[in-house]
Amino acid sequence: MADEVKLYGFPGSPYVSRVTTALNLKGIKYEFVAEDLSNKSADLLKYNPVHKKVPVLVHNGKPISESLVIVEYIDDAWKGVPILPQDTYEKAQARFWAKFIDDKCTPAIFKAITNHGEEQAVAEAQEQLQFLENELNVKGKKFFGGDNINLVDIAATFIAYWLGAAEEALGIKVLSKDKFPKITEWCGNYINCQVVKDDLVPREAIVAFFRKRFGNA
Amino acid sequence: MADSDVILLDLWISVFGARVRIALAEKGVKYEYREEKLDDKSPLLLEMNPVHKKIPVLIHHGKPVCESNIIVQYIDETWHANSPPLLPSDPYLRAQARFWADFVDKKIYEGAKKIWTTKGEEQEAAKKEFMDVLKVLEGQLGEKPYLVGESFGFADIAMIPFCIWFYTLNKIGNMNIEKECPKLAAWVKRCMERESVTKSLPDAHKFYELVLEMQKKKGQ
Repeated sequence: MADEVKLYGFPGSPYVSRVTTALNLKGIKYEFVAEDLSNKSADLLKYNPVHKKVPVLVHNGKPISESLVIVEYIDDAWKGVPILPQDTYEKAQARFWAKFIDDKCTPAIFKAITNHGEEQAVAEAQEQLQFLENELNVKGKKFFGGDNINLVDIAATFIAYWLGAAEEALGIKVLSKDKFPKITEWCGNYINCQVVKDDLVPREAIVAFFRKRFGNA
Repeated sequence: MADSDVILLDLWISVFGARVRIALAEKGVKYEYREEKLDDKSPLLLEMNPVHKKIPVLIHHGKPVCESNIIVQYIDETWHANSPPLLPSDPYLRAQARFWADFVDKKIYEGAKKIWTTKGEEQEAAKKEFMDVLKVLEGQLGEKPYLVGESFGFADIAMIPFCIWFYTLNKIGNMNIEKECPKLAAWVKRCMERESVTKSLPDAHKFYELVLEMQKKKGQ
């Protein structure tokens, strides 16, 4: 029986991008169901009644929600390119950094964005980014996953592509090259990966989104 | 292999620490427990968790694992030969277990805290929001004995320590959680039949006294 895989999301969502990257890594064919968040479909509400959010992956009729839970599910359910490290300690470290990105890093960056680059907010965001910079420094490799991308790289998608667009839209700078040379290099490497690149929406669209949503201080 | 090379940096009153204690007990892992002081963190804690500077931290063969839900998964994977498994083997059920553990992380801690740190209308709103969250768990339990599937596991471990907060919430919030959520109450009782749980949970009354003390300090 052929697998039926559907992904509910909207193009332009960094969280949806995490899932498409994971699906592409495993070479999984899927149907993308575009959602209008101002008018959520009955299916979305049925498949994610708890959070009513995207992305939602539906595999043979069974739904999975929350992007990092979905990415781990994809790694569990399909063989092929591994997304998490095999070693249990390294696995725990990867989960730690992915959670750090969600719990600490991204909210701090968002605060800097919504506060239009206010000094204190930017400083706090940079404090969190420094941990990631150090992590890349220690690894000394192309990606958080080493020679290839892993869960952490995928979790950091927002930083790789969306942050730069937000900075341009609002004329602010959070991820400066001199402060964060390793992350800056990583951003270029990450969005150049075919599995990521294939599903990225044009940068101008994201810039326009941030400008419209948060522009004009 | 000697498991004496397992150290847990913890705080007995912590619900997050309790998750790890339960997991270690379920797997029968022997470890050294070290109680930390929040206002005087040990150099070891600061060295092992420089990012968050928080407990719990599991130190295994000198290497730290941080974040309670991540530690629980690490314990399950490292001591996978010891039964019981804490996560299901089926990928879909594993995803469900992770989803509900994540739900507890997102909704329970802050939601409950709001109830004893607010008053009046704000507190009433917090109470309603928290009960809505508990009702979601009530719905997830349904007729099942545990949160995901038929066995005690990851999602249950993530949630059960918070049951010691119910006494405090009922008293301070003038609530009756057990009456409003009978399935959840039954699930708590069921989990409390496990020695790993009863031995790992802090005392509910002691927690209440701690919260009262905190409120007094803040002049509430």
